[in-house]
Amino acid sequence: MTTTLTRDQLDEFGRELDAIRQRVIADLGEEDAAYIRGIVKRQQQFEVAGRALFYVPPAWPLAVAALSVSKILENMEIGHNVMHGQYDWMGDPKLNSRIYDWDNVCPGEQWKYSHNYIHHTFTNILGKDRDVGYGILRMDEDQPWHPYYLGNPVYALALMLFFEWGVAMHDLEVENLVKGTREWEQNKALHAGIMRKVKRQALKDYLLFPALTGPLFPLTLAGNASANLIRNIWAFNIIFCGHFPAGVATFTEEECLDIEGPNGPEESRGHWYYRQLLGSANISGSKLMHLMSGNLSHQIEHHLFPDIPARRYPEIAVEVREICERYGLAYNTGPLHKQLLSVAKKIGRLALPTRSTSQEPAPVAERAAAA
Amino acid sequence: MALVTTLLRSRAAAALASPHGVDHYLEQLNPMWAAHDVRARVVAIHRETDTPGACVATVTLQPTGTWRGHRAGQYVQVGVDLPGSARRMTRCFSISSAASLPGEQITLTVRAHDEGQVSKFLVHEARPGQMVHLSQAAGDFTLHESAATPTNNRLLFITGGSGITPAMSIVRTLLRDGYDDRANRKVTFLHFARSEADQIFAAELAEIAAADNHVDVHLRYGDQTFSEFELRRLVPDYRGTDTWVCGPGGLVDLVQDAYDGADRLRVEFFKPPTVSTGTAEGEVSFTRAGTAAANTGASLLEQAEALGLRPEFGCRMGICFSCTATKTDGTVRNILTGEESSLPDEDIRICVSAPVGDCSVDL
Repeated sequence: MTTTLTRDQLDEFGRELDAIRQRVIADLGEEDAAYIRGIVKRQQQFEVAGRALFYVPPAWPLAVAALSVSKILENMEIGHNVMHGQYDWMGDPKLNSRIYDWDNVCPGEQWKYSHNYIHHTFTNILGKDRDVGYGILRMDEDQPWHPYYLGNPVYALALMLFFEWGVAMHDLEVENLVKGTREWEQNKALHAGIMRKVKRQALKDYLLFPALTGPLFPLTLAGNASANLIRNIWAFNIIFCGHFPAGVATFTEEECLDIEGPNGPEESRGHWYYRQLLGSANISGSKLMHLMSGNLSHQIEHHLFPDIPARRYPEIAVEVREICERYGLAYNTGPLHKQLLSVAKKIGRLALPTRSTSQEPAPVAERAAAA
Repeated sequence: MALVTTLLRSRAAAALASPHGVDHYLEQLNPMWAAHDVRARVVAIHRETDTPGACVATVTLQPTGTWRGHRAGQYVQVGVDLPGSARRMTRCFSISSAASLPGEQITLTVRAHDEGQVSKFLVHEARPGQMVHLSQAAGDFTLHESAATPTNNRLLFITGGSGITPAMSIVRTLLRDGYDDRANRKVTFLHFARSEADQIFAAELAEIAAADNHVDVHLRYGDQTFSEFELRRLVPDYRGTDTWVCGPGGLVDLVQDAYDGADRLRVEFFKPPTVSTGTAEGEVSFTRAGTAAANTGASLLEQAEALGLRPEFGCRMGICFSCTATKTDGTVRNILTGEESSLPDEDIRICVSAPVGDCSVDL
C-alpha cells in the first residue's frame, strides 16, 4: 500500500520510534538478564520433568504437557529471541545469537538468514519477503491466483502439523527451484546443514530418550513426537496471527522507495517503521499468553524493534499505540480466537480467485479513520 | 568422580543434551559442575597496594574440575557479569601463582585501572563465593625448561608495574620446584614500579632477595627508568640471555631497542583500551585482509567495501546481526545510538559502527 503520511510526518514518526529504541536500549540491565536466565531455568525444569515423567506410564499426558511447554518456551521466548540478538549485549556466549542453536530441526544458522535478514528487513514486500505464504500458500490478494491454490487450506493444515520441517526447508526455496530461478547447486551446503541438525534432533527425541526408558520405548517415542507436534501447532498459529489477519498491509517494492539515496531511490527509516507497523498484527491476552508466544503476541513491537529483549514489548506497546493514534495509523490487535478466525477465513478465501476489487478490505488507514 | 566426568563428556551425553550441550544443564544444578566450560569461585581477595586509582589485589580462584592447569607465565581470560549493567566483560590476566595442576587453585594479581571495568570489579567489588568465567590458560610467555631438572642457563626478567605477574609466577615455580644455588643458574629480576608504595609483592621479593638462592632482585622506582647502560652492568651478555619482558608499552619499546632483534627476548604486551578522540581521524585496518586506509567516518562496512572487501552483511541497518565482526582495537560509535565503545576484542555490527580514530577489525 502507498503511505498515508506526508514526508515530514514519516520522518517525525521515525524519530519518535528511534527515541523509544534508544531509551530502552540504554535501560537494559540486570532485570533483563535475570529474566532470560530465569526463563531458561524454568524451561529446563519443564524439560527434565517431562523426560523423567515418561518413566511413569500413568503420567504420560503430564510428561507430554511438560515437554511441550519446554519446547514451546525454548523455541519461542528463548530461541527465537536469543537468535535475534536480543541478549547479545549481555556478552554471555550461552545467550548469544552467533552461538545459540534451538531445539528444532531447522539449523539456527539458516533460520537467522531467512528470518532475521530476509523477513525482518523486507517484511510484507511482495516478491521479497518469502514469509508471505512461505512459497506454498496464497496469503495476499496481489499474489496471482493459480489452480494450485485451490489446495490453500490443505497446505496450511499440512504446514501447521509439520511446521518445524517447513521452517527447516524454508531456506531451500523449493518454489524457486520449481520456477527455475534457483539452482539445485545453491542448496547443497544448506542440505548438509539441515541433515546434520535433523539427525541430531531425531537421535535425541526418537531414539536415545525412548531407549533410555527401556520397555516404555514406544510410549516415550510417541510422547516426544506429540510434544513436537503440539509445539508445531502452537507456533504455527501464533506466527500466522503475526502477519496474516485481515487489515494487515502488504507493499510493492516501488511503494517502499520513498527517498532519494546516494545510489538511487531507497526506503527511509520512517517508512521502514511504517511498513513494519502496518505489516504486523498483535494478539491480546494474558501475561501467560505473551510468555508462551515468546512475546510474538506483540508482533508489531517485535517488528519495530526486533533486537530489543521481548520482555520489553508490553511496556513499549503503550507508547506505540499512543503514537499510532496521533498519526491516525491502524494498530491491528485482537484476541487469539479472533485473529485466528480472520487468518483461517483469508486462507479459505484466497484459495479461490479474487472476484473483484470491491471485495477487498478497505485500506487500513481509512478504517482507522472511520473507527 | 572420574567415571562421572567421563560420562558427562561422552558423545552420548552430548547427544542427549543437543543442541545445547551438557554444561547448559549442569550449570543450573551447581555452578562448580562442568563438563567442558571452565569457571571459578572466588576464594579470597588480598589487597597488595592501596594507591588511590591504582589499587592492586590478589584474587585466589578455585577453578572447576575442567581446569587443565597452567604453565608459569601463562594468562587466562576472565569473564565477569558486571553488576547493574549485567554485561559480561572478558579480559586477559596473567596468572601470578606458581604453575598449577588440573583443578588446582590459582591467583591473579590485578591492578584496578580507571578504564578497566573487569579489573575494577575484581579489586573492589568481587567477594568470596562469587563465580567468574575462565578460559583455559594460554600463552607462550613461559619457562620452557623444567625447574626440577635445571640447566645452567641464566634467566633475566624485566618487568614494569603489574607486568610483574607472569615473571612472578615463573620465579615462584622455580623456587617451589627446587631451584637453588646448587644449580648455579643465576636469575636476575629487574622490576620498575611507580613508587615504593606501588610495589606489588614487596615483602616476598625482599625475602627472595635475602635468601641464598642465586636470585638477584633489582627494584627501581619513579624516575629510575630502564637504561641499556644499567642492564649491561647487571647482565653483561644480556642479548645472549633468555629474557622475559612484560610491562607498559614504553618499557617494552626501550627493552626491544636494547635487544635489537635478539631472539632470546620474549615479550608480553598488555592491551589497554584506547581513548576516543571523537572525530573521524586515524586509520582503519582490516587485519585479515591486510589492508588499511584513512578513516572516512562512514560505517566500517562501507569503508571495508570501499577498499574492495566483501564482508558478509544482511539488513545494513543493525537488526539482523549478519555482519557481526570482531573489532580487535580502537573505538567505534554506534550510528543508531551514538554510544561509543573502546573495548578490545569486541563483537560489533559493522553496518552500524563507525570508527572514531584508529580502529582495527578482524576482516
